[in-house]
Amino acid sequence: MIEDIKKVIYRNLLKENQVVRQILGICSSLAVTNLMKNSLVMGLGLTFVTSLSSFTISTLRNYIPHRIRMLVQTLIIASYVIFVDIFIRANMPDISKALGPYVGLIITNCIIMGRAEAFAQKNTPFISMLDGFFAGIGYTSVLLIISFVRELLGFGTVFGANVNFIGFDTWTIMVMPPAAFFIIAVMVWIGANIMNKRTAKNANAEIKTFPKQQSASI
Amino acid sequence: MNQSPAISPLIIFFASILTSNMILSNFLGMCSYISVSSEYKTSSGLGKAVALVMLVTTAVNYFVYHYIIIPLGLDYLRFIIFIIVIAATVQIIEMFMDRYLEDLHSKLGIFLPLITVNCAILGINLFMVIRQYDFIQSIFFAAGSGLGWWLAINVLAAIREKISKNKLPQGLDGPAITFIITGIMALAFIGFSGIFTVQ
Repeated sequence: MIEDIKKVIYRNLLKENQVVRQILGICSSLAVTNLMKNSLVMGLGLTFVTSLSSFTISTLRNYIPHRIRMLVQTLIIASYVIFVDIFIRANMPDISKALGPYVGLIITNCIIMGRAEAFAQKNTPFISMLDGFFAGIGYTSVLLIISFVRELLGFGTVFGANVNFIGFDTWTIMVMPPAAFFIIAVMVWIGANIMNKRTAKNANAEIKTFPKQQSASI
Repeated sequence: MNQSPAISPLIIFFASILTSNMILSNFLGMCSYISVSSEYKTSSGLGKAVALVMLVTTAVNYFVYHYIIIPLGLDYLRFIIFIIVIAATVQIIEMFMDRYLEDLHSKLGIFLPLITVNCAILGINLFMVIRQYDFIQSIFFAAGSGLGWWLAINVLAAIREKISKNKLPQGLDGPAITFIITGIMALAFIGFSGIFTVQ
């Protein structure tokens, strides 16, 4: 059990990080990352939804007819997203306005559907919830790294606190969309290189325990 | 983000193609954009299918939102209702095409089920609600966004086909270089931003 949990954590945070390795959930990870505060809220919202939807889907996995499972999964995900949306709107109106439609778009975020299809379908509720939770944490950490770079260079701030002590000129380009693409490209590149090296190093030591999920379909 | 109702539909149309392009400035529909863009022909088909579905679902969801959701006070359920409407509309379009437009169905048919979960479609519908567009504005907004999406994925696929034989540093091939190309495209599209502003 402990071994399984360790494997889930390692896989979701590093080896198959949803954003950097699987290229899922890109829409929101690019759109909300010009401020760290927004990214944190978005990441936590997504973590909440993935862990609970994975838990629910895994609990109900033997009762959902196979043919309509996509529809049922979407409805389960949408209900949790409504919780998140109402919570953010009630408690953080500013952030809700800044995030705009992207909170609602958690429903169509490929990460959640991917976890549901690839993991929660076949595993017990507790481990599925952990899997969803750490997939969300992996996503949040990538978001925070991207937004750290963008906010630092674009506004000279970190979490809204001014750290621009030497008074460098802020780069407007960092706040604009193209920078998001460039930063995520660099992260994907670094991730691919680290993983290539690691697999070359212990090519025979590592055995794939979990089926790799299909990223192309969603 | 509230819009004054006075914005001309034509400005919305061109702005959503060029200056606030769905992919290059709103990042919507990235998953299929990245994974289905290695071949020009396929991505052109996907782009057309997305544009068509966007237009139809926006029209349907406009009426659903203003004549069903608001009068019944179901605003908090709008995500679920929009998703169901999109899924149902896609299904109906597919059945209709299968019956009456066989040529088109053989070209676009395989993409239609994928589109249900494309974030661009739901995104358009949510933008329509948030920006409080009226019916004509929404239609022009959806048409422009669809065209913009099609344009962006076509340009990307053409570039990727052109460079597919070139050598790249290890690890940069695949998604990473696609992001860099998209970033350069986004930079180029910023050049249009002096023409119109919508946001």
